[in-house]
Amino acid sequence: MKLPHYLISLQSIVRTEIIRFTRIWSQTLLPPVITQSLYFIIFGGFIGSQISDIKGVSYMAFLVPGLIMMGVINGAFQNVVSSVFGAKFMHSIEELLVSPTPNWVILFGYTLGGVLRGLLVGIIIFGVSAVFVHPQINHPWIVLLFALLTSTIFALGGFLNGIFAKKFDDVAIFPIFVLTPLTYFGGVFYSIDLLPSFWQTISKLNPILYIVDGFRYGFYSIADVPIFSSVIALLIFIVILSVINLTLLKKGVGMKQ
Amino acid sequence: MNAIEIHNLNKTYTTGTKALDDMTFTVNAGDFFGLLGANGAGKTTLIGILTGLVRTTSGTASIFDHDIITDPVHAKMSIGVVPQEFNFNIFEKVIDVLVTQAGYFGVPRKKALAKAERLLRDLDIWEKHNVPSRTLSGGMKRRLMIARALMHEPALLILDEPTAGVDIEMRRSMWKYLRELNNTGTTILLTTHNLEEAEQLCKNLAIIKQGRIIQQGSVSSLLSALEKRVYIISTAKGDEEITISKGGDLYALLQTYHARNIVVSDIRPKENRLEQLYMSLQ
Repeated sequence: MKLPHYLISLQSIVRTEIIRFTRIWSQTLLPPVITQSLYFIIFGGFIGSQISDIKGVSYMAFLVPGLIMMGVINGAFQNVVSSVFGAKFMHSIEELLVSPTPNWVILFGYTLGGVLRGLLVGIIIFGVSAVFVHPQINHPWIVLLFALLTSTIFALGGFLNGIFAKKFDDVAIFPIFVLTPLTYFGGVFYSIDLLPSFWQTISKLNPILYIVDGFRYGFYSIADVPIFSSVIALLIFIVILSVINLTLLKKGVGMKQ
Repeated sequence: MNAIEIHNLNKTYTTGTKALDDMTFTVNAGDFFGLLGANGAGKTTLIGILTGLVRTTSGTASIFDHDIITDPVHAKMSIGVVPQEFNFNIFEKVIDVLVTQAGYFGVPRKKALAKAERLLRDLDIWEKHNVPSRTLSGGMKRRLMIARALMHEPALLILDEPTAGVDIEMRRSMWKYLRELNNTGTTILLTTHNLEEAEQLCKNLAIIKQGRIIQQGSVSSLLSALEKRVYIISTAKGDEEITISKGGDLYALLQTYHARNIVVSDIRPKENRLEQLYMSLQ
């Protein structure tokens, strides 16, 4: 097999992923719209109207980048973990494993599927936010960069979770017990400047903070931490997760006997 | 050239189960080779190793001279596999199952669509090409898996119990299809519990027990080793069981019935010959 064959193989994986998440759109694309709309109405509308501006931005507008990023993170992660686990559960992953498709194409294909769903969810939530507020985008390239890097990281994370998942419960454990708390404490709903210094220090250990903060900078040019270091950190995460996933694929962990 | 070449292959699972025990055998290119053995004998493990789903503990295996460990890409390109269990995405449409699988082997979509139509028509399930694969009957799912395995035109087709749960009529049509495929040059490795199937289809076979090959050779040479055959002869007086020793003449025996003016209405083997051989080795 040569590069053109690999591209066909990659296209097959990504196409299958797109067909999958668009076929079950009521499970993949609709829920984030409803959930984030509720956040906009309750936190932005009812409660937010009682909260003063944060760094010169209305609370409703402040929420937009964080809520979009929540959707992107969950969309990318859930897409890959459920797809990989589903393929293992149905044994259809064997279709790929018996083929000459190299591991990097398998990983890239699933990751790309997750990235596409994450970005699509992000665009939809951005559209929903326009109903409530008119968010400005000062640095569109930074917005795009952070959305891409973040969805890539969490798609890779979803793949890792999928490799180790042996039952349906395993698919839900990480999102419920790790991802959701980190996201909620990652500055989606507040600026860490509002926290006491101790909790500010604790918050800086949370990687989601850097993601949300960098993404918010793309919108309003306001940030709690330097953007450049956030980008470097995200790139390092991508490299580490890619190497771990490829090593596990090579060893056949969770896939081969 | 050998289609499959296996030397001193061992597989011990992490549970401690030794599935393959120093297995060595070859399958010639163009052969229709049967692999017989009880459940747990190691057949599926062997197929798993050849297709890259199971890791070896030691030993070597190659497909058309491509080592499965050092040259997996070329080895895998040569193999089409029909596993025992249904393992396609049940939510995908029938046509998508085929085209996606072809894509994994680098077959362009346009070419794959044409190939899929031809295979589905040959296997008589074209009318179902646009329905979700989960809605197919058991026999149709088996044929879908055969079609999927052939999408990239492999030189070696591996069939793990391909007719399990398939009715007689469909089984016969699948046998016909597989014979024709073999006649066009595709090497076939078949594992089956259906000994009639093995006798009907295979040119050569190996019997595997506890991870070891205990008998191997051409079907005719293995069957000629049988010491006796038992037949059921039906006459007006009822069924009668007769045994003919190796070298005995069934025709001469029937002549004795004729001499006694007894009309023989039916004569059939009591059991499949391969079954006799198989049972004698257990």
